Amino acid sequence: MCTTCGCGDGHEDHPQGHAPNPLAPWSAPAPLAHGTRLISLEVDVLEKNDRYAAANRAAFASHAVQAINLMSSPGSGKTSLLVRTIEAIRGTRPVAVIEGDQETARDAERIRATGAPATQINTGKGCHLDAEAVGRAVATLAPAAGGVLFIENVGNLVCPAAFDLGEAAKVVVLSVTEGEDKPLKYPEMFRVASLLLLNKADLLPYVDFDVDFALQCARRVNPGLTAILTSAKSGAGIDEWLDWIERGRPPRIAAVR
Amino acid sequence: MHEMSLCQSIAELIEDAARRERFQRVRTVTLEVGRLAAVEPEALEFCFEAAMRGGRAEGARLEIVATDGRAWCLGCGREILISRPLDPCPHCGGGQVQVTGGTEMRIKALEVE
Ligand SMILES: Nc1nc2c(ncn2[C@@H]2O[C@H](COP(=O)(O)OP(=O)(O)OP(=O)(O)O)[C@@H](O)[C@H]2O)c(=O)[nH]1
Ligand SMILES: [Mg+2]
Ligand SMILES: [Zn+2]
Ligand SMILES: [Zn+2]
Repeated sequence: MCTTCGCGDGHEDHPQGHAPNPLAPWSAPAPLAHGTRLISLEVDVLEKNDRYAAANRAAFASHAVQAINLMSSPGSGKTSLLVRTIEAIRGTRPVAVIEGDQETARDAERIRATGAPATQINTGKGCHLDAEAVGRAVATLAPAAGGVLFIENVGNLVCPAAFDLGEAAKVVVLSVTEGEDKPLKYPEMFRVASLLLLNKADLLPYVDFDVDFALQCARRVNPGLTAILTSAKSGAGIDEWLDWIERGRPPRIAAVR
Repeated sequence: MHEMSLCQSIAELIEDAARRERFQRVRTVTLEVGRLAAVEPEALEFCFEAAMRGGRAEGARLEIVATDGRAWCLGCGREILISRPLDPCPHCGGGQVQVTGGTEMRIKALEVE
């Protein structure tokens, strides 16, 4: 089905130069009614979000904060991975966390139990974090200069992909209990990510999950995607994940230390 | 679905434009949607009607214009056009394609009175 108009196949009136598949026709422009005028706007629908995201990015840069946006479906292990990660980073570098969930402050409390500062955003009906909400959370949280700021997005493999938060990198978590073909079903999420954490690796002996096939699916969507097999339970892959974070550290910060 | 928050952004952008351009009502909103944008047109239309209620674009017609999905084929090393995120390269049939454009959503124009 066409993603734009929802049409099936079979249109024959497509303008030349389009993709070769049968596509939706352009909507026929209707003549202007009397007393109306046409205003050309040419503005991105996410323009407001993008402006807040740019402001966040500038604030992160000026404080040398490395912001990482973690996304996955509900329950893939984002919070568990963060708890592990914080325990491993502790003492080497400041860490702060913004938690996004529709309801409850449970995840922020789990983070605070490690001693790291955390702010919870409850999106209510909202299915994703947006840059404005993150900006407000950053202002209360005041993450320490030179540190890492993890932003745990609302558990959802669709909507969070569309919203720039001003982060330095987007990381998608997929657990081995979810099925190898998730990247094909939710391509946008895997396309925008620069790292894939294949989590719950400790469960591999108990599930029929083909790691190679999962990576094949992910790279079909995003050929350059880096992947790390992790377990928040056993700690496997955490060192590799820390190395990846370290490599993304803005060079200026390294010079400061 | 985030179609609702997209439509709320559209409503805000329209009110901003109304203050700038001094119009009272919007008849038509022309939206450019990339063929690879992760939005569902039916959901968009449904949310659009709800999100415009009470504003200057209440009852406005939504005109959706599709823009090309663009990608880079790693197999043949050139820019290609695709209509869905997982489409193979139309030239070499290869599946290693990196999306480069056509994921955006823009308000192109407003017909106002
Ligand atoms: N065996 C195993 N279980 C895990 C692992 N990581 C997380 N879990 C379990 O999976 C469940 C969900 O983990 P969370 O860390 O809450 O997942 P989440 O992605 O933060 O969930 P939401 O915030 O609700 O989207 C919990 O019961 C965890 O104990 C892992 O590596 N191995
Ligand atoms: Mg969580
Ligand atoms: Zn949504
Ligand atoms: Zn090709």
